[in-house]
Amino acid sequence: MKSYALTAVLVGVLAVAGCSKSPMNAGNGFGADAGAGAIVPGSASDPTSPAYFQQTIGDRVLFAVDQSSLSPEGIDLLTKQSAWLMENPAFTAVIEGHADEQGTREYNLALGARRASAVQNFLIERGVAPNRLKTVSYGKERPLEICSDETCYSRNRRAVTVLAASGLTS
Amino acid sequence: MRLKQLLGYALFAGLTALSPLMAPTAMAEGPLRIEITDGVIEPLPFAVPAFQDDGGGAGNYASNIARLVAADLAGTGLFREVPSSAYISSITSFASPVAYEDWRAINAQALITGAVSQSGGNLTVKFRVFDVFSGQQLGEGLQFGGSASSWRRMAHKVADIVYSRITGETGYFDSRVVFVSESGPKNARRKRLGIMDFDGANVQYLTDSSSLVLAPRFSPTGDKVLYTSYETGFPQVYVLDVASVGRRALTSKEGEMSFAPRFSPDGTRVVYSLSAGGNTDIFTMNVNGGGEQRLTSAPSIETAPSYSPDGQYIVFESDRSGTQQLYIMSANGGEARRISFGPGRYGTPVWSPRGDLIAFTKQNAGRFHIGVMRTDGSEERLLTASFLDEGPSWSPNGRVIMFTRESQGADGAPALYSVDISGRNLRRVVTDGPASDPAWSPLLK
Repeated sequence: MKSYALTAVLVGVLAVAGCSKSPMNAGNGFGADAGAGAIVPGSASDPTSPAYFQQTIGDRVLFAVDQSSLSPEGIDLLTKQSAWLMENPAFTAVIEGHADEQGTREYNLALGARRASAVQNFLIERGVAPNRLKTVSYGKERPLEICSDETCYSRNRRAVTVLAASGLTS
Repeated sequence: MRLKQLLGYALFAGLTALSPLMAPTAMAEGPLRIEITDGVIEPLPFAVPAFQDDGGGAGNYASNIARLVAADLAGTGLFREVPSSAYISSITSFASPVAYEDWRAINAQALITGAVSQSGGNLTVKFRVFDVFSGQQLGEGLQFGGSASSWRRMAHKVADIVYSRITGETGYFDSRVVFVSESGPKNARRKRLGIMDFDGANVQYLTDSSSLVLAPRFSPTGDKVLYTSYETGFPQVYVLDVASVGRRALTSKEGEMSFAPRFSPDGTRVVYSLSAGGNTDIFTMNVNGGGEQRLTSAPSIETAPSYSPDGQYIVFESDRSGTQQLYIMSANGGEARRISFGPGRYGTPVWSPRGDLIAFTKQNAGRFHIGVMRTDGSEERLLTASFLDEGPSWSPNGRVIMFTRESQGADGAPALYSVDISGRNLRRVVTDGPASDPAWSPLLK
């Protein structure tokens, strides 16, 4: 009976999440009713979801100016990413390398490639199958923040692990 | 009759058949000559009265062509137009003798007269150039034709010949520029390829904005464009046929990104950079596919390659020394010689069509510059300075550099600028909206 009730709740959540732009909010509302420990599939409270990967583990690492070496914080975060990827083999990932706007277009493409590759190599070293990971560089073409000072630049020098569900071919 | 001196090079056909005029004749020996190798010059005053309406309702074309010739010449910074309000005499007939004293009195050192007639949708343009102070015609009069819709090209051709007769160098007005047209906010920029006349007129778009596109480059004949597109989700080099707008990917290896392509001077090869496993090196391949050859193999970044005009060498940037610097190697790879040694970082080198200079982007002390240096690295000169200048492209005669200037901040946007290699005459190139990555075509045929 209890299991039946939980299923009903989950169906309800999925329906809400499906038409909500904000699965986090939907999850919070139903999570309270279902009691602590309830899992809302697809939301950040579901440890197998891309939302959890993105929000709870963190999908990006940041780099120093003109550098592609991983910081201690980056290594911690990527260690968690690798563990998650090992536990969730249905996902593949494209690692996007980005640069800030201080630099020429071509150099920044090459620098973004270095950053994406640094993340890819780390994840592979930690056991993620190489054929689950691709890299792409956007150079300075896709800044996250648009101001022209270090507060924005530091957030734009990033490598983002973007998950895709299953399918090892593009 | 003077008219008999006109050479009949009438070619009544569409734009594509607006074929080569005769090469300009030998320069007149005389005082009317700008030596533009000098560091400082006084712009040479010229007058271009409205061309004569030679019939067929060509009046508007006659005045518009004269205005565009004047705009081309004045736009170089090497010439200054004497306004028509200063004229003492007017030109009432293309055939009549020139009243030199009336043009001397207003200090018009060069006088350009012309006439335009229209027949069946085609224009015939005749013109002459006069050296006012020596009282003689400079070179022979010329005549050519084309469709009325190509009147701007005919005006640019007139201006190219005038420019050439006075400076002794070939012109650059009858040329096009391929560029990236940008729209949307800075964090979601949409980009598409555009092509336009060198002065910003006659814009056409070659791609839509569905995929990010970067850094187009003309083939030596101007009929093809290499560029980088994210069409597959990953940057790859494409070649596009300008006339048909048909395109195909040149490279598409899984796990590799390719970008920064340029043609070899003979148009048969493409040099580009390729990133695999995070490392970027320089490669070449046939423009028709195959024949890949690796030119560099170092763990550093090697990119932005550009051929010398004779096809023997490639200049490129590398951070093998720890920072971006410029290097020259044989077109077949091998040992590279570093040529940049000043403070700061150097990138995007481009060999001039004359072969004597290399234009580059320099980053130093928080500023960006467009500069030139000799091919041995000597005589470095910075031509511009701003928050972000990059990506120089040479005019077909190696006299002017067009580049991208991006303004600072959240509302920052790129625009196209040009500057003379003396560092003078910095001008914004008029475009519909934000634009970047200009590449100048050769002179059209």
